[in-house]
Amino acid sequence: MRAFEYHRPANLKDAVALAEKKDEGRYLAGGQSLVQAMKLRLSAPTDLVDLNALQDLKALKVEPGAVTVGAMVRHAEVASSSSVLKTLPALAALAGQIGDRQVRHLGTIGGSLANNDPAADYPAAVLGLGATITTNKRKIEGDKFFKGLYETALQPGELITAVTFPVPKRAAYMKFKNPASRFAIVGVFVADFGGGNVRVGVTGAGPCAFRQSEMEQALKKNFAPDSVAGIKVSPDGLNNDLHASPEYRAHLITIMAKRAVEAALK
Amino acid sequence: MEHSLIGKRIQRKEDYRFLTGAGQYTDDVELPKQTFAAFVRSPHAHARLKSVNVEKAKKAPGVLAVYTGQDLADAKVGGLPCGWLITDVKGQPMKEPPYPVLAQGKVRHVGERVAVVIAETLEQARDAAERVEVDYEVLPAVVDAATAGRKPGIHEIAPDNTCYVWALGDKAAVDAAFSKASHVTTLEFVNNRLVPNAIEPRSANAAYSRADDGYTLYVANQNPHVERLLMTAFVLGLPESKVRVVAPDVGGGFGSKIYLYPEDHAVTWAAKKLNRPVKWTAERSESFLSDAHGRDHVTRAELALDKDGKFLAMRVKTTANLGAYLSTFASCIPTILYATLLAGQYTTPAIYCEVTAVFTNTAPVDAYRGAGRPEATYVVERLVETAAREMKMDPAELRRKNFIRQFPYQTPVALLYDTGDYEATLKAAQDLADVSNYEKRRAESLKRGKLRGLGYACYIEACGIAPSNIAGALGARAGLFEAGEIRVHPTGTVTVFTGSHAHGQGHETTFAQVVADRLGLPIEKVEVVHGDTSKILFGMGTYGSRSIAVGGTAIVKALDKVIAKGRKIAAHLLEAGEQDIEYENGTFKVAGTDRQKSFAEVAFAAYVPHNYPLDKLEPGLNENAFYDPTNFTFPAGSYVCEVEVDKETGATQIASFVAVDDFGKIINPMIVEGQVHGGLAQGIGQALTECTRYDSDGQLLTGSFSDYAIPRATDVPSFGLDTRETPCTHNPLGVKGCGEAGAIGAPAAVMNAITDALGVKDLAMPATSHTVWKKLQEKNHARV
Repeated sequence: MRAFEYHRPANLKDAVALAEKKDEGRYLAGGQSLVQAMKLRLSAPTDLVDLNALQDLKALKVEPGAVTVGAMVRHAEVASSSSVLKTLPALAALAGQIGDRQVRHLGTIGGSLANNDPAADYPAAVLGLGATITTNKRKIEGDKFFKGLYETALQPGELITAVTFPVPKRAAYMKFKNPASRFAIVGVFVADFGGGNVRVGVTGAGPCAFRQSEMEQALKKNFAPDSVAGIKVSPDGLNNDLHASPEYRAHLITIMAKRAVEAALK
Repeated sequence: MEHSLIGKRIQRKEDYRFLTGAGQYTDDVELPKQTFAAFVRSPHAHARLKSVNVEKAKKAPGVLAVYTGQDLADAKVGGLPCGWLITDVKGQPMKEPPYPVLAQGKVRHVGERVAVVIAETLEQARDAAERVEVDYEVLPAVVDAATAGRKPGIHEIAPDNTCYVWALGDKAAVDAAFSKASHVTTLEFVNNRLVPNAIEPRSANAAYSRADDGYTLYVANQNPHVERLLMTAFVLGLPESKVRVVAPDVGGGFGSKIYLYPEDHAVTWAAKKLNRPVKWTAERSESFLSDAHGRDHVTRAELALDKDGKFLAMRVKTTANLGAYLSTFASCIPTILYATLLAGQYTTPAIYCEVTAVFTNTAPVDAYRGAGRPEATYVVERLVETAAREMKMDPAELRRKNFIRQFPYQTPVALLYDTGDYEATLKAAQDLADVSNYEKRRAESLKRGKLRGLGYACYIEACGIAPSNIAGALGARAGLFEAGEIRVHPTGTVTVFTGSHAHGQGHETTFAQVVADRLGLPIEKVEVVHGDTSKILFGMGTYGSRSIAVGGTAIVKALDKVIAKGRKIAAHLLEAGEQDIEYENGTFKVAGTDRQKSFAEVAFAAYVPHNYPLDKLEPGLNENAFYDPTNFTFPAGSYVCEVEVDKETGATQIASFVAVDDFGKIINPMIVEGQVHGGLAQGIGQALTECTRYDSDGQLLTGSFSDYAIPRATDVPSFGLDTRETPCTHNPLGVKGCGEAGAIGAPAAVMNAITDALGVKDLAMPATSHTVWKKLQEKNHARV
């Protein structure tokens, strides 16, 4: 790790001002990706703006029809929150599968989404539920947030403050884990809002999370496992690495989608 | 004995220290005026060093020195020696290319050390290391072992990249047997390369004292005396008496901390140059690149059988990847510790094995838990299981038909098994695994869409390394005895000094149990000391499951001397003849009387000899012993693994795993179970998850835990364990050793189960979900 200046602002305004002032400043949320990259000297910010004192970003609000997760809410809190478990259990289950226990107790939803790791879990839920991402400047539709490999709609210095997930009738997340990192080789989030509004968010398979519209169409007609079981996903453009070929990922999208529908119906 | 401690599940004395963070590992050692080293490592697998410019690094803040290969060459620092000479099929010695501490002229694997930067702080050293400018002329890399022999040589001395071609066995007899066989089973497979990944990374902290021209090296190492011997005699040219090597608490080794490593030597040499202590601790990424790896064989194996399934002969041809340099014991692993094990538990009358060992632009390969024996077991047990399937025989029955049942048994591959009862462990394993109800479980799995499979592995290992005369005849450049010392203190407590080294094995408890049991003392009165050349007279260290069989026996021999001397002292004190003195339960007694002296009273008399036979006996009660074993020990066992494969994803779960081992006499069953658990987990890791992959340029693609999957708790089942005991016939404790068994037997058992589940002949390790899924796809296509 290289030397850097550490800042711990007490409010959002100061945090944004600090980050904007510094050339190579970075926000520090849970630090589960950034700190590792810094330790490997792959990332060397001059300034770290620690968000851990920003109490406003730590709220977890469950209302009829929507769950709003503050950007600094840890995965473990989402996973174990009794109101999330009651209202949107699929989201709690997703959060409970992120990384390992240590990661879940430090990692945050804001950090995860801003980093936009292609195999992160939350992006599947953002797309699968049609979430809205609130920043210090604006609200961004989930569908317009993920732009590519580690690329998002966030502008320099822009800071996620909260994420709002609409509550569906039923939903489930199925993850096929990388045996080493426990990130998603493929993760599929399926949600049925009723009235033909079905969303399927896929993570791990491509450069960033995406929606699977063919499956959405099929599930609109009939929200049942068999509706997706026969859909052959094209491997074109899917990730290829040591752990899975594009063909395997394509196949796993179908299997995980089918199992997610099964789980949502249970 | 009334209160025998042998066989008791005594809690580990060392665990309080480890679990409360009171362990003292090498990196915990902070010396006055400590400095820190960072190594500049090659990013290329194979390159000529056109220039190494250290000027900018030297000017960086906090930097005390930067050294390159040239500095070490100028100082006449030697290369790292190999401890075992293999003589090839033509009677020629193996090729031993120089293994420099810092690269000389060329680099031969990613992660090889080009320079070392020493600074006041670790971060300063790392910052400065980035300022060392190296001009590399990149050369084509040789990565694949199977084709290495046809590529340009990476070492001048070995133009065909071949270190040796070596063979064992009677080729003519084997060929003749194959020609009349009614069935031949053939398999070709890779035994996958593994990265050891001890929890504690390698670490070294060297200090030099001008006052006595002496060095102290703290190092995470499994055999501090061997490290000192080789370092002083071959590399640094120092008097052994001027170097103290301390291997304090060491957090796991699995073989990877046996060897001489360049970093240990660089910091030791630099400590004198700077007259300050120099510390280096590997980052995990450095461990991946520069620890000695394990396995990496490409093998073609054949088994010849008669029509009834009797084994007639075995023929094995292996190419072993040694990596870029000859690590300390690399040469003997795919030869002496491999081919000699190919008889397994069977009476196969003729066996021939030929091994070609090659250099490649990858990290050096050496012993890793099991060391040659897992590779041999994999050959034998995959062949046997496959033969049974091909001949439509029950795999357990085929094994039974060929078991060795008479001992001692001379194998055709140079080993003399002293004892064993293979039927007993197989029967017990089948019972524990409930094999008779397997079909019901298979049908039930299928209902849930899961393919179930069952696989056996009946392994044998040669442990208790090693009879020095035999090892010497086979090329070992060191003796393989062990030393032990029993120091009885005047008040009757005991300190045991052992040349064995514990790095997780629990010797402080097991050895104390042996000593307390023999002396009839409470275990609290016995302390065990290891890992410091200044305290322990000598030691060959811990590897090859040798500690209790060899180190334990040395301790027993020293104990016998203590008791013998104690009887003399007691005879004097009790005014009786020495022949009438019995020792039992901590008391010297005159036989048939109630006259007695306690162990403590005798010890006190030895150190305060007011009433003592000073004319006949020296005062003091302190004995040491060296023990050189007369044979290897032969732990063996039977493993039964059941797996469930998810047809849709290829994901494989171990449904059950039963291990019944014969370790001879067991001192502490709880510690033994822990050793078996760990070994099984590592064996399952090799079979299911651990994949070491270099790309064609020699870049390690699996250089972190993000890509290299060591098994986690959820990857292994709750093991079903049991033991059977046939005591070793040639050591006083009847012990055989248990440290490696799980890693030796598990891979074959798991792969036999998976291939059974899939209905395929073979599958590459690790059987990741992706690999299994691809195999299922192939099979489905083939069926269409």
